[in-house]
Amino acid sequence: MTILQAFIEALESLNSNKLRSGLTILGIVIGVAAVIAMLAIGQGAQNSITGTISGIGTNLLFIFSGNDQAELRNVRPLTLQDAAAIADPFQAPAVDAVAPFIQGSNIEVASGGEQTRTSLGGVTPEYFGVRNYNVAEGELISEEHVLGRASVAIIGVDVAEKLFSRTEGLVGEIIRIEGQPFRVIGVLEKKGGSSFGSQDDIVLIPMTTARTRIIRRSADRVDIILVQAASAESVPQATEEISSILRSRHRTDIGADDFSVLSQQDFLQTVQTILGVFTIFLGGIAAISLLVGGIGIMNIMLVSVSERTREIGLRKALGARKRDILTQFLTESSLLSLIGGVIGIILGWLIAYVVGQVATATGNAFTPAVGLDGILLATITSTIIGLFFGIYPANRAASLEPVEALRYE
Amino acid sequence: MSEPVVLAQNLTKMYKMGDVEVHALRGLSLQINKGEVVAIVGPSGSGKSTLMNILGCLDHPTSGSYLLDGEEVSSLRDDQLANIRNRKVGFIFQSFNLLGRQTALSNVELPLRYAGTSAGRKEKAREALIAVGLESRINHKPTELSGGQQQRVAIARALVNNPAIIMADEPTGNLDSKVGQEIIDLLLNLNKERGTTLIIVTHDPRVADQAQRIIRVRDGVVEEQE
Repeated sequence: MTILQAFIEALESLNSNKLRSGLTILGIVIGVAAVIAMLAIGQGAQNSITGTISGIGTNLLFIFSGNDQAELRNVRPLTLQDAAAIADPFQAPAVDAVAPFIQGSNIEVASGGEQTRTSLGGVTPEYFGVRNYNVAEGELISEEHVLGRASVAIIGVDVAEKLFSRTEGLVGEIIRIEGQPFRVIGVLEKKGGSSFGSQDDIVLIPMTTARTRIIRRSADRVDIILVQAASAESVPQATEEISSILRSRHRTDIGADDFSVLSQQDFLQTVQTILGVFTIFLGGIAAISLLVGGIGIMNIMLVSVSERTREIGLRKALGARKRDILTQFLTESSLLSLIGGVIGIILGWLIAYVVGQVATATGNAFTPAVGLDGILLATITSTIIGLFFGIYPANRAASLEPVEALRYE
Repeated sequence: MSEPVVLAQNLTKMYKMGDVEVHALRGLSLQINKGEVVAIVGPSGSGKSTLMNILGCLDHPTSGSYLLDGEEVSSLRDDQLANIRNRKVGFIFQSFNLLGRQTALSNVELPLRYAGTSAGRKEKAREALIAVGLESRINHKPTELSGGQQQRVAIARALVNNPAIIMADEPTGNLDSKVGQEIIDLLLNLNKERGTTLIIVTHDPRVADQAQRIIRVRDGVVEEQE
């Protein structure tokens, strides 16, 4: 018997019992689809979040007040003076730019009859360089705006869409932020969505204006200081320099730091670790259903062997060797799981695609990534499962004594 | 014409059923010549079926020697026996034992597939079906055939590898007497035309009487030959 003949006979045999074959295949389909979909969604989420973090800027360091590694009593807030000290090229040569930042969330912004709630940032001119922000039209916030506490705002395209239903020709329009009038001086370039919410759903105003009129922070206090290191290599050095400056300024030379310095790499690693575990976890659960599908194959093959005992006896009487019978049944079980695997890949891809579409529709754009490796893995795994769970039934069939098998009723 | 195709000497077969030893064959000796038509008869429990299984190479004797077509087969391994069955033995069963989901043609092809024949397989199968008078039913499935036609397909399947012997186990058992006689006529005809050695195991004296020789088996030995 050649493999091709075995293949054709297996197809005939599976075809003669369509409902049963279909249900058996279904077990594998669900398992493979679940694995593919979970891996694709996990990978897609990872790509999306990684992309978002990378898109924030390059060689960035984030300085937060407080330290979750230690219990602290007197946490000194970060201040503009801290930022100025870090910006000193003699104290911190590895630091390229410093952008202190205060933020408010759920701030009401209105224009004409339209209103929306968005996040608001109080920024200095450095912020745009550090964050890679550019205006599609108009101008950036300048030093004069900051010094003069000007009532000017730069809006993201999402905010522009909501308030004006357009993203062009908006310079000079007046918007109300928490009831106070601001003049639009620029519209940000579209950055695209992210898993954290859209980066375009934002309003930026001068820091001094924000502090005195919208967000209200006690004098000189800032929420986050963004620091751009001179190069990727100088990120660790910059971290050291910032830490030593802040330690001496906050008088925490002895004891735990009351601030944290995190690099983009730290964020990336944390996120990737979490999502990696998450993906493996989901994939693992999906793999269990694949296992159950495999047991289904074994079950149905055992039934099939005992139903076809006479047939096996006859085949042996006509000269089938042990190997021929083994091949016949293994081909059937592998074929079951291979077909299931192929359908499962398509279904899994569809599920991932639909999830991606739903996510996009709800504003958290991300693209599920079905990799070639995932497809190969699923195909090979499902075929191996078919082989593995087929071995026992096939071996049972092949070991039947022809005399016994022919007598079987 | 007296060249032996089956030469069995001192065959014994012992089964263990729990603690009880059952001696199905007790030193049976037998010779069947090429081209002969032989009927094996005997009451149930006589060892008739065991003898048929051993002569058909489906089972090993416990001791003794068995030369089939000049080859010693009593001590062959399972796969070698499968090979012998494939090349030298054609089986015809009481209940036809055709594969229901395959056509008459591919049923007949089956032994050729296990033999590894690929060239001219379909033609050989077709010729065998023509030889049993089924040229118009080649692509029918067994469910579309009458009992007599199904048994003809089985005969074609037994013939197709040109075996040294054809073992027929109650070939007419599931057929009415008229169709049964047609089948026996066909087998005798094939014997005459092709010189195929025919061994028929039967209960039916009307079938046995048409053989050239009747071998009566009782208590695991040949009781008499006539």
